[in-house]
Amino acid sequence: MDLALFWIPAVVALVSTGFVITRKNASHALIYLVVSLLSVAVIFFVLGAPFAAALEVVIYAGAIVVLFLFVVMMLNLGKTSVMRESRWMRPGMWIGPAVLVSILLITMVYVISGMPDASVTRGEVVGPKTVGIQLFQPYLLAVELAGFLLLAALIGAYHLGRRYLEQRREP
Amino acid sequence: MLILPLAAGTLLAVMFLQWWERRLLGWWQDRQGPNRVGWFGVLQGVADGIKFITKDDWLPPFGDRVLFVLAPVIVAGSMLLVLGVIPFAPEVYVADLNIALLWFLAMSSLAVYGVLLGGFASNNKYALLGSLRAAAQMVTYEVFMGLSIMGVVIHAGSFSLVDIVEAQQDLWFIVPQFLGFVIFFIAGLAESHRLPFDLPEAEHELTAGFHTEYSGMKFVLLMCGEYVAVIVTSCLLVLLFFGGWLVPDFLDFLPPIVWFGAKVLVFIHIFVLLRAAIPRPRYDQLMSLGWKILLPLTLVNLLVTGFFVLWEF
Repeated sequence: MDLALFWIPAVVALVSTGFVITRKNASHALIYLVVSLLSVAVIFFVLGAPFAAALEVVIYAGAIVVLFLFVVMMLNLGKTSVMRESRWMRPGMWIGPAVLVSILLITMVYVISGMPDASVTRGEVVGPKTVGIQLFQPYLLAVELAGFLLLAALIGAYHLGRRYLEQRREP
Repeated sequence: MLILPLAAGTLLAVMFLQWWERRLLGWWQDRQGPNRVGWFGVLQGVADGIKFITKDDWLPPFGDRVLFVLAPVIVAGSMLLVLGVIPFAPEVYVADLNIALLWFLAMSSLAVYGVLLGGFASNNKYALLGSLRAAAQMVTYEVFMGLSIMGVVIHAGSFSLVDIVEAQQDLWFIVPQFLGFVIFFIAGLAESHRLPFDLPEAEHELTAGFHTEYSGMKFVLLMCGEYVAVIVTSCLLVLLFFGGWLVPDFLDFLPPIVWFGAKVLVFIHIFVLLRAAIPRPRYDQLMSLGWKILLPLTLVNLLVTGFFVLWEF
């Protein structure tokens, strides 16, 4: 039962991620990306990390991909972009990425099989409180650095937006 | 056990709610409203239902058919899923998740997809404009909808709705978290995109906004999603700020579930009254209200709450 709960979302995640790459219509690819993120969230939940699962849905599926889809809708990609995509999807295009990915895969299988205990979790549920304590004690520096980075991005975006507004006011 | 009756009961409630809303609006606007079918028009919902089911199920030939069908399912489904984590009384709930509040935020952020895809798949300029507005509006108001209830989470020390209600034994959170309540109420109104924040479907400018091309049962599903969102937001307002099923001792002659229902009904009526009372703001006014006033207020509220909670320790 537990194994099925892991394998079903895992297969869904793999298949939908494959569709993300091969779909020619950008909006359909993004919907498959959402499905892939949701199934990863289910895997997190099954592995005993409900907080990470909720954040996966709220932040990745609920905010970031919405903005991607927003941009795709604004660009209004029609038939021309679908045709361009299908030109890019020639069989020859797959060789380079496939070689690189298989190197990564072999490395990962080697590392995982070398681990003394193959199971990743110890079967305990990691609640929101544990995550918070971990973030603000051992990983405090990383949290602060991420905060710096986000603040810089915020100020940068504000600066770009303001320059655009000033240019519009001039005439 | 509770899932099927809950889903069926909610859909019935939606049917009566839309009739009751139209009657109330009629009363406040000095006209009759639907009063023909059954006693005072109670069965108006049934008549509307029969009409919608027997209508031709039309798909726009110029749009994206798969996404067009998927969109109403996402809107109604995501909101119905939130009902699963709402405790109606002690021991009366489908699931008591330890991340119930985050579950609500996750589902309401997935509801954006329904509106966005519905407008996009219609391949119609009004629908596209409506869903662009909806996406920007819902993503904006989601940011501080989440932040405004973190004050409550700090006080209760848990994301579980049962724990949050039980933490309000002595004092309802409306007193220490009044600012959080006001902001969550405004954000909830914007998330359910009803009047006065119904810019995604503003009929004066955009015909019917993102659901211009929808008819029949798919339109009903979109409407269901909207009304269930109103019910869910009212439930959460009661659970988070008004003590859920808890009442002062001299009032506990009725079972807790009745008190919970009564409090939820009050908020549903406030939602309807706001629809009748407040005109729609302009779109840029809505966005600048969100980013320039409500977001800083929420952050200040969170800071002050954190300060006082740490002070007491």
